[in-house]
Amino acid sequence: MDVLILSRLQFAVASMFHFLFVPLTLGLSILLAIMEWKYVRTGDEEYKRMVKFWGRLFVINFVIGVLTGITLEFQFGTNWSKYSEYVGDIFGSLLAIESTLAFFLESSFLAVWIFGWDRVSKRLHAWSITIVAIASNVSAFWILAANAWMQNPVGYTIRNGRAELTDFFAVITQKLVFLEFLHVVSGAYILGGFFVMGISAYHLLKKQNIDFFTRSFRMALAFSMVFSILEVVNGHFSGNYVAEHQPAKLAAMESHWETQTYAPMALLTIPDEENERNLVELIKIPGILSFLAFNNLAAEVTGLKDIPKDERPPVALTFYPFRIMVLLGCLFPLLSIFGWIWRKKLIDHTRFLRIMLYAIPLPYLAIEMGWMVAEVGRQPWIVYGIMKTSDAVSPIAGSQVMVTLIAFTVLYSLLGIVDFLLLARIARKGPQGIEAASTGKEVRI
Amino acid sequence: METVWFILWGVLWGVYFLLDGYDLGAGALMPVMAKSEEDRKKIYNSIGPFWDGNEVWLITAGGVTFAAFPGTYATMFSALYSALMLVLFALILRGAGLAMREETANPRARRFWDVLFYVGSFLAALLFGVFFANIFKGVPIDGEGVFHGNLFTLLNPYGLMGGLLFLVFFFTHGSIWLALKTDGDLQERATRSALRFWRVLLVISVLFLVFSGILTSLYDNYLANPVLFIIPVITVVSLVLTGIFVMKRDWYKSWWTSSIYILSATLFGVIGIYPSLMPSSIDPAFSRTIHNTASSPLTLKIMLGVVVVFVPIVIAYQAWIHKLFGGKVKGDRSAYHEGY
Ligand code: HDD
Ligand code: HEM
Ligand code: HEM
Repeated sequence: MDVLILSRLQFAVASMFHFLFVPLTLGLSILLAIMEWKYVRTGDEEYKRMVKFWGRLFVINFVIGVLTGITLEFQFGTNWSKYSEYVGDIFGSLLAIESTLAFFLESSFLAVWIFGWDRVSKRLHAWSITIVAIASNVSAFWILAANAWMQNPVGYTIRNGRAELTDFFAVITQKLVFLEFLHVVSGAYILGGFFVMGISAYHLLKKQNIDFFTRSFRMALAFSMVFSILEVVNGHFSGNYVAEHQPAKLAAMESHWETQTYAPMALLTIPDEENERNLVELIKIPGILSFLAFNNLAAEVTGLKDIPKDERPPVALTFYPFRIMVLLGCLFPLLSIFGWIWRKKLIDHTRFLRIMLYAIPLPYLAIEMGWMVAEVGRQPWIVYGIMKTSDAVSPIAGSQVMVTLIAFTVLYSLLGIVDFLLLARIARKGPQGIEAASTGKEVRI
Repeated sequence: METVWFILWGVLWGVYFLLDGYDLGAGALMPVMAKSEEDRKKIYNSIGPFWDGNEVWLITAGGVTFAAFPGTYATMFSALYSALMLVLFALILRGAGLAMREETANPRARRFWDVLFYVGSFLAALLFGVFFANIFKGVPIDGEGVFHGNLFTLLNPYGLMGGLLFLVFFFTHGSIWLALKTDGDLQERATRSALRFWRVLLVISVLFLVFSGILTSLYDNYLANPVLFIIPVITVVSLVLTGIFVMKRDWYKSWWTSSIYILSATLFGVIGIYPSLMPSSIDPAFSRTIHNTASSPLTLKIMLGVVVVFVPIVIAYQAWIHKLFGGKVKGDRSAYHEGY
């Protein structure tokens, strides 16, 4: 296989794996900060127990996030050297700013928080997790600004055979930065909330630590409900944005072949890329696609047939992830609303609790699918409209990349398994497990 | 402007080495230094709150290379693909060991994570040396930034000597750190090891300086501009002082002098290759330099603003954290579980 395919696969493995850990960091850090401030305000020890229990899960997840982030930082140079050289003037500075502004704060204050329980005041301790939460979100902002620039390059000019910065402010304030930030961060908050609710549901089903887990559940519920509703709204705006700026991606997201006004949308579609049509289109409603894309039933939506073949993204890999994300995106507010209705008597709604337990992986799935839409849908461009992915790859031997791809896959799978087992064990033991450990009684696997 | 960035670039790598140097060094020394579970815990506890903060200096050094000299970032990491990937894998394994070992009480599982931890630390220390010695010497890259060689090209005598040099200075620095942070038997052992490695370091450093004269053109800049000899002089003086302070058992001062040694040793190499960031051993015209790989003046200006404002702030709070968690560590329960 050639370097290009291997490098794409490797990048996909590395970034998607990193993004299994990132959203929980983003979402749970905020919940932890809220819990700890409640503890500081009320002095209620139950909140402190909550901080310690959820915090333990948070820290393990965080460390794997860090370890997998380091490889990403260097992969632009190792695998995409032509890309790095061509756009580093803009893209590189955003990455460098991210680490100076955010990573230092995150790593330093997380240490204060983990190790500082009896070295700093209660307030300073609560501030440390607050700083971690803020810094994580700041880090998301900068990396998403970098990603937004790849989706829609602005504030640059082509000079000296590369893209050079002309307007830094335009790069970090373009509309897409805020759309992406809102969308990704809200997704992460949903995930954080569902994570806490799912584990709480497990214990509520077992009728253990009822007060502890009811409180945790309700806090996470309020959080997820707000953001899951917001997510549908800003997801719609993201769609509008794509329709306007990346017609090929939109057409692939919808498997839409013919350019037309009053473009329809079918409830069930199965694309047939080879023959440039859809194999199945069930229950077609005219105008819906036009409306979703442009807020206007009559708007004209470009079809894939009007896009040169070599500028079309892979249809199935864009279409199915998009459908899955949107389906899940509609499910999360529903689940949250049911939870809200039943919030007073959670313990009696065992079926709902069971669903919430099994719903833990769903936001993960939605987020990964979202990235597939955004990144695969951008193909064949690496920087939309100015550089193709095939021109971006490093002039290195495919065999080297093959070795590291295998190494990444093996290493990451093992790390993932260990991480999962560990989180599951701690989650199952509940708060007592952690308290036993800190009073000296060791916990065994 | 490019020159300012060139110096900043060297300083950032130097700071990374002097910070991560002590935790990588302490980690790599674990199998010889720790005689009991308690010792191992002390070693972990001595670096627990700091290692991640230190590693961010690596990310920043990498990020700044990308931002200020994208062409160098591209060539350096793609040409030295396998070596860099090995470093990254080593760092992942080490981090995984460090994070996971406290999560299990099963002695066998602990051994496993411990091994990952010290093997990873050892490899990272060694490979950084090989990596940088090769850059100082020049790497076979052509005008397109394509590397003509393989992993073994890097394992030439000078590269290996660089690896050894790094390994030994990480060992020395790590031993001093452990002596500073621990007491009792472990401190005794750390003291002896600091002295032992310091002697070796003295020899290797001198050899390295001599062979740099024979095998590389690092001295050209110094001969053209003799004031610069101040850098190798500082390197040697701080190394000698380190030894004296170690003998006096003044850990605090010896940690500082050995830090200065690391920083100035890094700068010695970096200044030697100026204005290249990555000299080509095929033809100097192919070298990646501050002139043919720097970012636009606008980007350099913005980045300078960011670095000048935020790096001092980072240093301030990291110093505060070192103070907050200063003093000797205990080895009973891990500091981690004290928190939880
Ligand atoms: C939306 C958010 C987001 C996105 C899209 C990415 N990351 Fe990330 N990253 C984070 C949000 C984040 C975080 C939440 O801020 C992490 C997780 C754990 C942590 O320490 O910070 C992090 C960690 C993290 C680290 C380790 C920091 C440390 O040691 O403390 C590095 C080097 C990167 N990331 C680099 C990248 C690169 C090069 C990406 C692009 C491909 C990327 N991340 C995508
Ligand atoms: C915000 C920072 C990100 C940047 C700068 C970025 C950049 C890139 C680059 C350089 C490639 C390689 C070119 C290619 O293969 O198309 C790529 C591909 C890809 N990225 Fe991202 N990415 C980012 C975040 C993510 C995240 C967080 C994920 C997933 C969780 C992701 C998923 C993918 C996938 C699946 C591909 C492969 C697409 C394909 O090859 O068809 N990306 N991205
Ligand atoms: C009905 C609800 C949703 C709609 C209409 C929607 C719409 C979109 C659209 C159009 C994109 C592509 C943007 C681009 O390529 O620039 C996208 C990307 C993405 N979505 Fe969604 N989405 C929804 C729900 C969700 C949910 C629930 C999650 C996660 C929990 C999620 C996570 C993501 C992520 C991570 C991306 C990639 C980053 C980005 O481009 O913004 N989405 N979404």
